[in-house]
Amino acid sequence: MTVTQEPETNPIGFGRMQRKEDARFVRGQGNYIDDIVLPGMLHGAILRSPYAHARIKSIDTTAAEAHPKVKAVITGALLETLGLAWIPSLSADVVAVLATDKVRFQGQEVAFVVAEDRYSARDALELIDVDYEPLPAVVDAKRSLDPDAPIIRDDIEGKTNNHIFDWDAGNKEETDAAFAKADVVVTEEMLYPRVHPAPMETCGQISDMNKVTGKLTIWCTTQAPHAHRTIYALVAGLPEHQIRVVSPDIGGGFGNKVGIYPGYVLTVVGSIVTGKPVKWVEDRSENLMSTSFARDYHMHGEIAATSEGKILALRTKTLADHGAFNNTAQPTKYPAGFFHIFTGSYDLEAAYCEVTGVYTNKAPGGVAYACSFRVTEASYLVERLVDCLADELKMDPAELRLKNFIQPEQFPYTCKTGWEYDSGDYPRAMRLAMDIAGYEQLRAEQVEKRARGELMGIGISFFTETVGAGPRKHMDILGLGMADGAEVRVHPTGKAVVRLSVQTQGQGHETTFAQIVAQELGIPPLDIDVVHGDTDNTPFGLGTYGSRSTPVSGAAVAIATRRVRDKARLIAATMLEVSPDDLEWEKGKWFVKGDPSTAKTIQEIALAAHGSMELPEGVEGHLDGSCVYDPPNLTYPFGAYICVVDIDPETLQVKVRRFIAVDDCGPRINPMIVEGQVHGGLADGVGMALMEVIAFDEDGNCLGGSFMDYLLPTSMECPSWELGETVTPSPHHPLGVKGVGESATVGSPAAIVNAVLDAIGVRHADMPLTSAQVWRATEGRPFRTDLAIE
Amino acid sequence: MQVPAPVEYERATSVDDAIAKLERYGPEARLIAGGHSLIPMMKLRLARPEVLIDINDLTDLAYIKREGDELRIGAMARHRDLLESHVAFEYYPIFRDAEEVIADPVVRNRGTIGGSICQADPSEDLSAAFAAVKADMVIQSSSGERIVPNPEFHRGPYTTAVGDGEMLTEVRVAIRPGCGSAYEKVERRVGDWAVTAVGACIQLDGDTITEVGIGLAAVSAQHFRSAGAEDILRGGPATEEQFAAAAAAAAEGCNPSSDQRGPADYKRHLARVLTLRALRRATARARGQEA
Repeated sequence: MTVTQEPETNPIGFGRMQRKEDARFVRGQGNYIDDIVLPGMLHGAILRSPYAHARIKSIDTTAAEAHPKVKAVITGALLETLGLAWIPSLSADVVAVLATDKVRFQGQEVAFVVAEDRYSARDALELIDVDYEPLPAVVDAKRSLDPDAPIIRDDIEGKTNNHIFDWDAGNKEETDAAFAKADVVVTEEMLYPRVHPAPMETCGQISDMNKVTGKLTIWCTTQAPHAHRTIYALVAGLPEHQIRVVSPDIGGGFGNKVGIYPGYVLTVVGSIVTGKPVKWVEDRSENLMSTSFARDYHMHGEIAATSEGKILALRTKTLADHGAFNNTAQPTKYPAGFFHIFTGSYDLEAAYCEVTGVYTNKAPGGVAYACSFRVTEASYLVERLVDCLADELKMDPAELRLKNFIQPEQFPYTCKTGWEYDSGDYPRAMRLAMDIAGYEQLRAEQVEKRARGELMGIGISFFTETVGAGPRKHMDILGLGMADGAEVRVHPTGKAVVRLSVQTQGQGHETTFAQIVAQELGIPPLDIDVVHGDTDNTPFGLGTYGSRSTPVSGAAVAIATRRVRDKARLIAATMLEVSPDDLEWEKGKWFVKGDPSTAKTIQEIALAAHGSMELPEGVEGHLDGSCVYDPPNLTYPFGAYICVVDIDPETLQVKVRRFIAVDDCGPRINPMIVEGQVHGGLADGVGMALMEVIAFDEDGNCLGGSFMDYLLPTSMECPSWELGETVTPSPHHPLGVKGVGESATVGSPAAIVNAVLDAIGVRHADMPLTSAQVWRATEGRPFRTDLAIE
Repeated sequence: MQVPAPVEYERATSVDDAIAKLERYGPEARLIAGGHSLIPMMKLRLARPEVLIDINDLTDLAYIKREGDELRIGAMARHRDLLESHVAFEYYPIFRDAEEVIADPVVRNRGTIGGSICQADPSEDLSAAFAAVKADMVIQSSSGERIVPNPEFHRGPYTTAVGDGEMLTEVRVAIRPGCGSAYEKVERRVGDWAVTAVGACIQLDGDTITEVGIGLAAVSAQHFRSAGAEDILRGGPATEEQFAAAAAAAAEGCNPSSDQRGPADYKRHLARVLTLRALRRATARARGQEA
């Protein structure tokens, strides 16, 4: 048996190593949806609504159908005959696949053309004649419940307003009482504007319905291939064993690729209608204008405290703009996601959270962009409110936080809205961040600069995440429990394969999960193949989002691998002619207690397990294990972030000078991958805090539909990140790990906003803090960032 | 899916050939050089030319040189050429200032000077820079060459003096002794169009301003220029008070509109701040106090 020789830098287990998948990515040999070409494949293009709200009077497809290269033109009317004009949303609503009665947002799908090539498909869109009757649109969530607001969802019987849901958490009476006795109450209106994950690869799908075998094969940009397959089976009535969903390489997801988009369904219909494989890949504007956006939360926040700065309670009344259809992805029980963890990292007497969801004439979505099911909004709200309180009390914001943290000995800590925080040491992380930053010196520098008329700001954000959804008894998506499976198999020669339900979009799963198996079994990561993204070849599970892969599937893999190890022990005992109880494990081998030289390596055991040796009673041979992991609780990573900005006093342009990020995600399986995840999330934070927004004008025109209008940060806007770590293992996870994919996206925006507002001495202004908005804030006239700037 | 509408493609071998092709195909033909504005507009089907005439082979127009008392920039010079040109920098550092903040290296490698100013986007940086240095534009047709002074070149947003069957071939800038120039821009993010940008060119005789140009981008200044601010400064002393008065006039004289880059009042504020800064830097350069 050979063990692949690894450079010393490659650990057999946890540790820093280069990502296994990068060899193909850096050579341009990734295999994305648009790289896949099937024999006879046709191409689809979608006709989209130019109006935000209009009645469809008629659609004439005659000229498009006459185009010599067009194979099919599909409209809502055709889908109605198949029962597919509307499909269930992820949140107890329905979504139009193709509009039948009305269009409800600009960019909504109206017709689908299938042609021999994508150019002809696009040309044929112009041959479709749609007669629209424009209707008044409502894009301002704050006006959506006005009595005279146009009713968007008149498809829902009896619907007379744009209200979706009211939801609350926490205790209203206790919270009111805490506010009543407080010395200080600070109130602020905050918008977390609509932003978009904007993955580098847009969404797309190829569907291939084989009419002979009846098998439907789908290649899709999905973060959740198994969920997609089951939903196709449930919604379209297709037999589940006849559906195969393949997620090839995915160029970024960030929650944008969780749900089933109309375009996906249309490729399936297109393939059924034409009998050929049909590919559809959306362009950048389609991605920005029609697919899952994020946030759009109008938050009224209140914080109550004593005059000494003891925080007593938090309260919020929030308006959630879900767009034209309620299609947010989150566990069924939680229509506002995990927003009620707005209690943050503080030991409170009471908290109360109310959320009202509304329809507007905007694209549907809301849960995306590494938001951890709305922890992003929650964390921003509480971290801004704490800064507002510090400003009111004239206290240092670091001191105020240290004074109010949940203390290490209070864990597990049940917060006032019901979350059980599993573990944490907040003061330690905060102090480490302050040490790295040189916090006292920075404050001294700020005083000097202020005296000279220079604008410098220091902002802090301390976030607590809740990730790894989740316990089956509490959490499901469309009735599917959020437990995930994993299978580990050791081949006869000691190499291994691990099969996952979760789907990497760039996070490095092929490395991380190999390292988990390596850690538990002593097989080098390079000897372990990680298989994912193919429902025919992997166990069931709900996929990758909400930072759940390591907390859920990581645990499943660890337990499956331990089962392999336990089986190996029985085989090794037979090989060594000793009792299993006499064996002790050292990474990579079972040895006889007190006699380390008498041992069998995992590779030797694997061969024996597949060989002719007589196996112990009850052992079936081969070397494999599996697990379906139902997490007992969520995990609670946390972090202390400090941002330093310099602002031009005349133009008010913001320069992020430094950003210190101390993250505690438990033990780090591959620190390099963790750091990469944090770097990306911090850049997201710069984007959201300073430039990213999808606004709409009063007619409902999307003002962020291209990369000229929707700005993503570049390396020029980002400082050299300064990272630190503390390690507080999760007590209930087999590896102690907590998940980190979304931590920096959740935690960083508040730090940057707090720094900018600290610099200019303004209590609050909404993101994105473009230089125009910062200038207006200094003038006391910040503008609405979600509407057209006037 | 963003793909252009069907379009014919021709490749020009010379200026005369390009002009002949423009005449042959008429007003629905478009010259394409770098293509960094035209191609995206075609993909969005906002532009639908019937014929593209590719002039990338006209490398004899890719020069930047001094000829007599003029700096001459060929229409096919790329942004990167202007950014890195020593001769341009020697006489007009404003061009390096501007090029450093135009788009990104990928666009600058390919986008051309002629293409930029013929696109005549109201936020275009070089249009403001050329307004500040009072460049002349050389336009060629089958009947010969004509020279259009800068203010007459821009006829409004996306419209220039270049007519059917004509092409811009060269930009000429007089070399002026005792001259300093600078460009100041505020953008939302690196690579973005200007929220507001201002270029200034100052010619000094001792402490007296003998000639001055102030160009503004993205604020709907007529011909990308503030004639009012120039009038205040011309013939007067190069002092802070004068600069402040000129900056106020530049802000007053432009007509910015609100859009997602910022509200009009902020753009007007920037017009003042950036005019002042550009004047200070241009003056320091004229005095040899700054590179």
